[in-house]
Amino acid sequence: MPGKNSIVIKLVLVITLCSSLIFAVTLGYNYYRSRILLVKELEGNAHNLALSLVNRVETELSSVTKVTEGVARSLETGRYSESELLSLIRITVEQNPKIYGSGVAFEPYAFRAASRLYAPYYYREKGKITFSRLEDSYKFVPYLYWDWYQIPRELGALEWSEPYFDEGAGNTAMSTCSVPFYGESRGARRLKGIVTADISLNSLTELVSSVKILKTGYAALISRNGMVLAHPLKAAVMNESFFSIAEARNDLSLRELGKKMVKGESGFILYRSLVGVRSWMYYAPIRSTGWTLAVVFPEAELLENVTRLSLTMALMGLAGILLLTLAVISIARSITKPLRSLAAATHLMSSGNFDLELPLVCSNDEVGLLTRDFQVMKESLKEYIKNLTETTAAKERIQSELNVATDIQASLLPRIFPAFPNRPEFDIFASMDPAKEVGGDFYDFFFIDDNNLCFLIADVAGKGVPAALYMMVAKTLLKSEGQRLGDPGQILSCVNTILAADNDSCMFATVFCAILDTRNGEVRFANAGHNPPLTLNSDGIRYLTLKPGFVVGPAEDMNYETERLTLQPGDTLFLYTDGVTEATNVADELYGEPRLLAALQCGPKEDVTALIHHVRAEVTRHADGAPQSDDVTMVALKYRGVAA
Amino acid sequence: MLLILLLCAVTAPAAESPLKKASLMPLWSPQAQFAGYYVALDKGIYARHGIDLKILKAGAGHSPAQTVKDGRADFAVLWLTTALQHRSAGVKLVNVAQMVQKSSMMLISKKTSGIKTVADMNGKKVGLWGGDLSIPPRALFAKQGVKVREVTQSGTVNLFLRGGIDVTSAMWYNEYHSILNAGVDPEELNVLSLSEQGANFPEDGIYTLEKSLRKDPLLATAFVAASLEGWRYAFDHPDEALDIVIKYMREAELPANRIHQKWMLDRMRDLIMPGTAQGAPGLLREQDYWAVAGELRKAGLIRDYPDYGIFTGRANAGEK
Repeated sequence: MPGKNSIVIKLVLVITLCSSLIFAVTLGYNYYRSRILLVKELEGNAHNLALSLVNRVETELSSVTKVTEGVARSLETGRYSESELLSLIRITVEQNPKIYGSGVAFEPYAFRAASRLYAPYYYREKGKITFSRLEDSYKFVPYLYWDWYQIPRELGALEWSEPYFDEGAGNTAMSTCSVPFYGESRGARRLKGIVTADISLNSLTELVSSVKILKTGYAALISRNGMVLAHPLKAAVMNESFFSIAEARNDLSLRELGKKMVKGESGFILYRSLVGVRSWMYYAPIRSTGWTLAVVFPEAELLENVTRLSLTMALMGLAGILLLTLAVISIARSITKPLRSLAAATHLMSSGNFDLELPLVCSNDEVGLLTRDFQVMKESLKEYIKNLTETTAAKERIQSELNVATDIQASLLPRIFPAFPNRPEFDIFASMDPAKEVGGDFYDFFFIDDNNLCFLIADVAGKGVPAALYMMVAKTLLKSEGQRLGDPGQILSCVNTILAADNDSCMFATVFCAILDTRNGEVRFANAGHNPPLTLNSDGIRYLTLKPGFVVGPAEDMNYETERLTLQPGDTLFLYTDGVTEATNVADELYGEPRLLAALQCGPKEDVTALIHHVRAEVTRHADGAPQSDDVTMVALKYRGVAA
Repeated sequence: MLLILLLCAVTAPAAESPLKKASLMPLWSPQAQFAGYYVALDKGIYARHGIDLKILKAGAGHSPAQTVKDGRADFAVLWLTTALQHRSAGVKLVNVAQMVQKSSMMLISKKTSGIKTVADMNGKKVGLWGGDLSIPPRALFAKQGVKVREVTQSGTVNLFLRGGIDVTSAMWYNEYHSILNAGVDPEELNVLSLSEQGANFPEDGIYTLEKSLRKDPLLATAFVAASLEGWRYAFDHPDEALDIVIKYMREAELPANRIHQKWMLDRMRDLIMPGTAQGAPGLLREQDYWAVAGELRKAGLIRDYPDYGIFTGRANAGEK
């Protein structure tokens, strides 16, 4: 099973993730840009809204300022009796609905020498204009020490007071516009008193509070000291200042903001409002009083539409991505379906089942091509395996036949040792190891009569079956001719003549043939191109010197001379084929004659069986696992003499 | 010694005998400057000490010294300087406890005015409160031979903020904070503390008339013990203390800014607790008394002053 590495899952993952990423980035950028645009637009709107509010407040204030200044100027220019003064103040209040109360407060003894303080005051109380004398109303602190009197007095200029609760006179929260007026006294310009006009803070804050911004946005008014004058947070009005709130919240940035406000700066900022909501605020100064007007837009409400749009887009995008994922899954599945069925088929095929049918593919795409190639490959493999099976069967048959041939060949050579247990005059031992199943080497020994033992060794040129067949013929001929003729030279000549007669394939063999007279140890022998045997006696080991003789087989009418040699009791004759000396090891080194001589030298000389086994073992040791390239054949005959 | 002696006498009888009626007039309208008294009243500490206390309305137009003199109040919170002046004028006031052991008064100017020392104030417009509260700065100016243009200042700091005066009198626990919370940073101000200018006059103390003390010394002792306990409770439970103070402020229809009252309570702790740490809570130290009295007479603000023992009511027991 492909599991989590399957093409479908990979495709779905990659495509879904990529498209989600692209969508998220797009959406995020869109939100970000919209926000910037919105905030930019808001700044303009907030600026305009704040300025229009500032203007409305300023208009109210400036009308009061003008009236107050007018009264002060007229008091400076004209002389007023007490009743004229009172009616002037009363008319001022009556004709200016914006003015809550108005009065003229004189410096000590400035109105008349008889009384120290004089401050008539008219104000609105329950819709009626009421008269009061400030020098009497203020029971505890004389009017001389109220901010509305003292500050313009000390500064000598018009002053709007910090809003205050006028306990004793107006009995309401108000701000007072105070204008000092002067008179001549002994040639010097001297302060005579202060003209005041109050505005009720309520009328102003109502104007500001009536402004509705979004859902919970608002406009606020802050005094010159940072005191909250108008704010939805009613508990803070006239009680908390921007700075006390900053201190309570331990918010230095709020304090810095408050400082900018009371300095008369304007600005547009994102901050945490006094009600604790992240908001945009535009603030602008009201110049005449030093107050600050602020319009506050809660950020969440401001961005509500953008947020909602983004949310809708996000939902749509999500649905789209879901749809895309489904589409990708279905396409990927349809693409990989033939692949999967092909994979399932080839999976079975890999276990050796070539007979099943591959899925039928009509498409001309890569999968179709792949399937067709698999089909061809399957057929080729099937054909190949069929051939291989047949070949193997044939080979096995040949092999079994060869095995039989090996057995036959082996059975042809005398294999039972000791071969002549009742002939103590000599010992004989022989071995033949074919390089292949059947070999071209052979040996033989047999009595021609009671006293003469014929023994021979031969090596047919070539190896394998042809050599074996030739060997069969040669061996049979040698045995039959040996028993008939009894002379090695004649035997070889005869056999050569017979072999050469029908030798179209120009096969040939080397033969060393000898006859031992067991009574005296005389050996007659003839050689047909075979390598010379070795004699082992008390003097040592030496090669038998032979007259040259041509190999048997290729040419007719060859003469082979019989030679003689007498073995003393204890002498050994060692016959071998070139398979012994030409045995090679992995380094392609020949075993060679020196090694053979050395092996014979140290080998057990008494027992021919042991001697041959020793030599064979030495040769095998030399070969060291290298494959045997030629048949290895040895014959050893030890003459013991006739028992006395 | 007297305190301890009398303290032992009052601890028990609260429950059995009916509560003694007594009244207190603080120096000013309810605020954290008097948190200890309001807390002791509200938490029933006075009642536990056998006193049914009434705290009288105070503030502008009310003179605690005059009220005590007239017998309309048993106790008053007064500054030491005020008490000495009234004593010099013949009102037999006795200090039964000294709460604020040092001066917390300041002379504040804007850095831009370039006033760095008291001497720099020569010829400048300096805001002084009317009445007894102007005694310490006047004594300081007299001592340093500085002539200032005195301007009577009101309860607000606006005259100073608008530049109507160059220097303003301010209490560390009150006006100084009001100036900061009008958006002026400490770095923009030059602040001269009277305590560092050789006019370290202990402020709030509890006073009663000599004859009242003689009539019922146990009442005074119980009152002082309860007041001290009230202060300790207020400092240990500042939030609760502020709640109580603000409750009384609202009853008096005063604007109550909690963070301002918190500042005030914190500063009162700084001013009252050092005395407690020195093992003499509520005790007027003799050397302080002589120093302040001497300064005031030198400055010509009082003619004479009684012996320390008489002023603190300790001599009475011995004399009689």
